[in-house]
Amino acid sequence: MAGLAAAFGSGAMTNSVAELEDSDCIFIIGSNTTSSHPLVAEKIFKAKKRGAAIIVADPRRTQIASIADIHVRQNLGTDVAFINAMMHAIIKNSWHDTGFISQRTEGFEAFKENINAFTVDKMADVTGICADDIVKIAQLYANGKASSIVYCMGITQHVSGVDNVKSLANLAMLTGNLGRESTGVNPLRGQNNVQGACDMGGLPNVYPGYQPVNSEDVRKKFETAWSFEISKDAVEPDSSEEKSSMGLSADVGLTIPEMLKGLGDGSVKALFVLGENPMVSDPDTNHVRKALQSAELLVVQDIFMTPTAEMAHVVLPGACFAEKDGTFTNTERRVLRVRKAIDPPGEARQDWQIIQDLSSLAGYPMNYESPDEIMNEIAKVTPSYGGISYERLEGDGLQWPCPSLEHPGTGFLHKERFTRGMGLFHVIDYIPPDETVDDEYSFWLTTGRTYVHYHTGTMTRNSPSLNAEMSEGFIEINPSDAEELNLAQGQWVKVASRRGEVIVKIIITDTIGKKVVFMPFHFIESQANLLTNPAFDPTAKIPEFKVCAVRIEKMVKAQH
Amino acid sequence: MDYRTVLTTCPYCGCGCGLYLEVLDNKVTGTIPCKTHPMNQGKLCVKGWNVHEFVHNPNRLTCPLVRKNGSFAEVSWDEALDYTASRLKAAKERHGSRSVAFMASAKVTNEENYLLQKFARAAIGTNNIDHCARL
Ligand code: SF4
Repeated sequence: MAGLAAAFGSGAMTNSVAELEDSDCIFIIGSNTTSSHPLVAEKIFKAKKRGAAIIVADPRRTQIASIADIHVRQNLGTDVAFINAMMHAIIKNSWHDTGFISQRTEGFEAFKENINAFTVDKMADVTGICADDIVKIAQLYANGKASSIVYCMGITQHVSGVDNVKSLANLAMLTGNLGRESTGVNPLRGQNNVQGACDMGGLPNVYPGYQPVNSEDVRKKFETAWSFEISKDAVEPDSSEEKSSMGLSADVGLTIPEMLKGLGDGSVKALFVLGENPMVSDPDTNHVRKALQSAELLVVQDIFMTPTAEMAHVVLPGACFAEKDGTFTNTERRVLRVRKAIDPPGEARQDWQIIQDLSSLAGYPMNYESPDEIMNEIAKVTPSYGGISYERLEGDGLQWPCPSLEHPGTGFLHKERFTRGMGLFHVIDYIPPDETVDDEYSFWLTTGRTYVHYHTGTMTRNSPSLNAEMSEGFIEINPSDAEELNLAQGQWVKVASRRGEVIVKIIITDTIGKKVVFMPFHFIESQANLLTNPAFDPTAKIPEFKVCAVRIEKMVKAQH
Repeated sequence: MDYRTVLTTCPYCGCGCGLYLEVLDNKVTGTIPCKTHPMNQGKLCVKGWNVHEFVHNPNRLTCPLVRKNGSFAEVSWDEALDYTASRLKAAKERHGSRSVAFMASAKVTNEENYLLQKFARAAIGTNNIDHCARL
């Protein structure tokens, strides 16, 4: 969420989900909302009933696209070109909000100059969207009294992911659709507690509450809060690195792609994986396997024997959500209680207890009695969670920022001022996707989720009802492409990219555009990520899952 | 027979719908949507309705495992934790804090993510912690 943080000073969803109901115009880009966030889609349906204009930009005709007033299919990886062209039309027709721009933002002049070059006609060629549609969408969005933008990983999983998000931030500022109810730029978080994992400092550059690790003041604060003297003996500062005398590191750490690279080149020796499954979730599976194989120590703490756990030296059985107390933070920054219903199976233990014991054994004692007590510490060191306690979470939970015990929480951000002060316009140029189609690999492959399964399938594929609903992977292909390749419904094909190949059944459907194919990534047997491109966005380090070039070959013999 | 309902939060997507787990004699047997929850007001999607199903799957991990001579052996918690802590410490001492890395998780609670990053930063001395937000 680096794009939003750069523009506004805060990387979270600006508004609340319920506010969508009262939007006049909802612009949905790169989000298969009905599959990935069904209850958000429900609010969009309600808005539509109230008369809101629904605009969907997606290479597939998803269910949400089928109810849209306008659905356009942009060529894969051309979002910046599309959004810039919209803004070109908005400025040309004076649909922008000059009051908001002058009072609340900076960087407008340079931005405007750059947008000059993105004429609607030129960008229509790049994006494959007809010029009239671009102008119509621009008008609908700009002229709505309260317009909302909703996006998901279709926007972020590109080499230009951060640029895409900054462009959406530009669009909202240009039209003054921020800091009011039912407006905003709203990223839908893919997994249930992505927001919380970020908020809690599960990131290489920040402590909890997005406090930078390379700030002297912040580091001192955490050294005091974590009574760092205890572990003086346990933590010897690396002589090679600059560290404060007490030992918290000032160096920004490694991102996941960098960790995998480090395992490959030997600079990373040990990897501890909590509840993740990079063997299925990360791009270029063969590369991930090699990296994990070179670990001197791989520890996996999870609830099932995942493909990643199978490679581990140690597997620690954790507890699932029904077996522990704690909190999740949902996509609209709402902190919600998780409550223990039953005991973990067999010897399995709650994850916080496992981590606490490991830390004590490693020389840094932790003695929490309950997750409640951990939350009290979180509130002390994390300003945006300062007013959160289990007692106050009874009922509806609380939306951060919630800085004090009296504070009611915050429904929408940036009301009178942006978190960073002024909203910042960015000058964004269009960069084509990292990989493009050619004679040998002539199809564009994009990946995503289905309505039944969740992420790598660790939980859903172990759920009989859900697995019965959809038990195998597939690839979607347009009828005219299928005809050209002489393929019949349900036939097996080999799909190959420059990195690997998989064998999978086809589904012929006109929900997908010509020369584009779609695969879900939940299925280890027909794994989309053997094909995907690990080239990643230079700032956010998000791999380009959404675009790569593939070849499709008919299988002579049936599989299985 | 001991029957209870426990109000909690769906673990599948970022909506975070509120639901009651039905518990019969320490087994989760069903899901009831929460009528008053701000996100879902009595509704759930197909994933939420079936959320209790994976909980008692026989494939759940129930015992710590350590690889010995190439295959997994069931061990006690003491052995698994001692082994892990000492190997992590050894990596740090021999190759420096930067040689140890952590993947946090969007699937576990805030409190657990907080503890993991505290463990990485305070006990091991590294900021090498990331999670799959980007994924
Ligand atoms: S019930 Fe469905 S929409 Fe609600 S949190 Fe669970 S997966 Fe998401």
